[in-house]
Amino acid sequence: MALGIKGKMFAKKRYAEKALMKKTLAMHEESTSRRKVDDDVQDGAVPAYLLDRENTTRAKVLSNTIKQKRKEKAGKWDVPLPKVRPVAEDEMFKVMRSGKRRTKQWKRMVTKATFVGPSFTRKPPKYERFIRPSGLRFNKAHVTHPELKATFNLEIIGVKKNPNGPMYTSLGVMTKGTIIEVNVSELGLVTPAGKVVWGKYAQVTNNPENDGCVNAVLLV
Amino acid sequence: MEVETEVERDINNVMCQLGDPEGTPLGPPLYLPQNAGPQQLQLIVNKLLNNEEKLPYAFYISDQELFVPLETYLQKNKVSVEKVLSIVYQPQAVFRIRPVSRCSATITGHAEPVLSVSFSPDGKQLASGSGDTTVRLWDLNTQTPMFTCTGHKNWVLCIAWSPDGKHLVSGSKAGELKIWDPLSGKPSGNPLVGHRKWITGISWEPVHLNSPCRRFVSSSKDGDARIWDVSLRRCVIVLSGHTLAVTCVKWGGDGVIYTGSQDCTIKVWETSQGKLIRELKGHGHWVNSLALSTEYVLRTGAYDHTGKEFSSPEKMKQVALERYKKMKGNAPERLVSGSDDFTMFLWEPSMSKHPKTRMTGHQQLVNHVYFSPDGQWIASASFDKSVKLWNGITGKFVTAFRGHVGPVYQISWSADSRLLLSGSKDSTLKVWDIRTKKLKQDLPGHADEVFAVDWSPDGEKVASGGKDKVLKLWMG
Repeated sequence: MALGIKGKMFAKKRYAEKALMKKTLAMHEESTSRRKVDDDVQDGAVPAYLLDRENTTRAKVLSNTIKQKRKEKAGKWDVPLPKVRPVAEDEMFKVMRSGKRRTKQWKRMVTKATFVGPSFTRKPPKYERFIRPSGLRFNKAHVTHPELKATFNLEIIGVKKNPNGPMYTSLGVMTKGTIIEVNVSELGLVTPAGKVVWGKYAQVTNNPENDGCVNAVLLV
Repeated sequence: MEVETEVERDINNVMCQLGDPEGTPLGPPLYLPQNAGPQQLQLIVNKLLNNEEKLPYAFYISDQELFVPLETYLQKNKVSVEKVLSIVYQPQAVFRIRPVSRCSATITGHAEPVLSVSFSPDGKQLASGSGDTTVRLWDLNTQTPMFTCTGHKNWVLCIAWSPDGKHLVSGSKAGELKIWDPLSGKPSGNPLVGHRKWITGISWEPVHLNSPCRRFVSSSKDGDARIWDVSLRRCVIVLSGHTLAVTCVKWGGDGVIYTGSQDCTIKVWETSQGKLIRELKGHGHWVNSLALSTEYVLRTGAYDHTGKEFSSPEKMKQVALERYKKMKGNAPERLVSGSDDFTMFLWEPSMSKHPKTRMTGHQQLVNHVYFSPDGQWIASASFDKSVKLWNGITGKFVTAFRGHVGPVYQISWSADSRLLLSGSKDSTLKVWDIRTKKLKQDLPGHADEVFAVDWSPDGEKVASGGKDKVLKLWMG
């Protein structure tokens, strides 16, 4: 019998061998005796014609439809930036005085980035209430695909929704959090039916009036 | 004052040819007056067929039922009187079943959802199988539980009565089958083991082929069907060949077995050695359900609506054979199969391996198909919430019964083929009238999905069971 550290190492090795031997013996014993396989009787009995079918439980389906209906009613959608800082009207518009004595104050100039579209023609200057300076007009956006993590320079098709209000949406103002529609034909996406996707929604992630460009993330 | 001139109504005659549903003409073409209606036509048919008792008939002109005198029909449909009008007559059942309208009893007893319900062929006993692994026999007179048959290891998925009413077989999710004696509720012997996965269907050998009933065939998820002998208590033949689960099996009246499977084929087997006779291909997805035109007669055997008792097995065999021959007539046995590909096929397996008709129209998978007891109609229940009615001989679409708000799971015919019952996931049962093609009665009451329905062969009662664990008995 060895003593000291050598003894300890030997004992450890022997123990490991003993454990291994015991395991193999137990395995051999198992195979000789055949045991009946007992399937537990599960809950939720279904007849034979429903057995191979996966049925989403009704409760889940119901709550899904209710949730969807609530979302549609509230107009809330799953977007990367759900909350944005509200922009006040005096920040958004600059008052432009007009008239011979510069007393009329009904004109406003938009101080944020806008999108007007290729076929835009100004109303007669005497009558236009909202001025959208051409320096703040953008046609292209830097759109990032969230999964591919690649950014593309895509044309803007239109402004879908500005969270600050429907008036800004109709003016085409793009602030942080605005949903815009971009032309994705460059990306070559195809629907399951085989049709080519050419427009997708994206949400603006920066303040374009400060940066000079519109950055957005694609909503997939 | 105006003198009213009497307009003399010309009673024109029209040339008619009476024929039976299969097309054989009855007698020569007749010159009938136009004010003849269904009653007069009935008299003529009874006379031509030399019937001793006056049997009721329904008349169809180009698949539309005739309720009014011929004149009105001709005017409405603008049929020319120069051509010979062919009128198809269809015998109707002599007895008339009252539609069920009320729930007479809600019997609790099962601890888990009721998965299958079946009346005995004479209509005197009722058995149900459930997820709590028991088969229960119920007393119809007092509407209370009679026996509880325990012994299965897992859910009891299918039950089947032998056509002579002497045995009850139940198959479970564990793949075992147990035979019970319905009069005492005791098992007759050990469970029959052989299948490796759950049992999807059971069908007995018809009593006119072999009496007393000895053999039955069971189908399973493991892909084979096995023929078992009750007196030998073992499996005699294994019908293997399907590559995926066998979803349904039916023992035909000619002594062949039809099996439908998830591998999209239907195989026809002969029963003495278990050889494959034919393979019926055509479906694009799983075959869910099979039905035979003579199925009702095979299920009830020698018993009919009169409720006679039989003294010996030979007498039973004879009576059953007579009933079967009468039902079948000269035409070959027809088979209809319903599938997950939303269509059904009508086959004449003894004639050809190509389908006779493809019945499309459902918008979701077809779960259950059932021939009417007289073989004239086919009803199909589908997950698209509708039940469709088709002509049982040609397979042409007749009408769709809409009303359910959830997938329709099972259907059952009344013994006189005038009423159809359907049970659905939306927890209601609906009784549909075939003559008017409309909803006859709505039977709400179940608390959860209805999994199994059955109409007793004597037409008195309907039994239904479902996820709410109770068995409901409905009466007229």
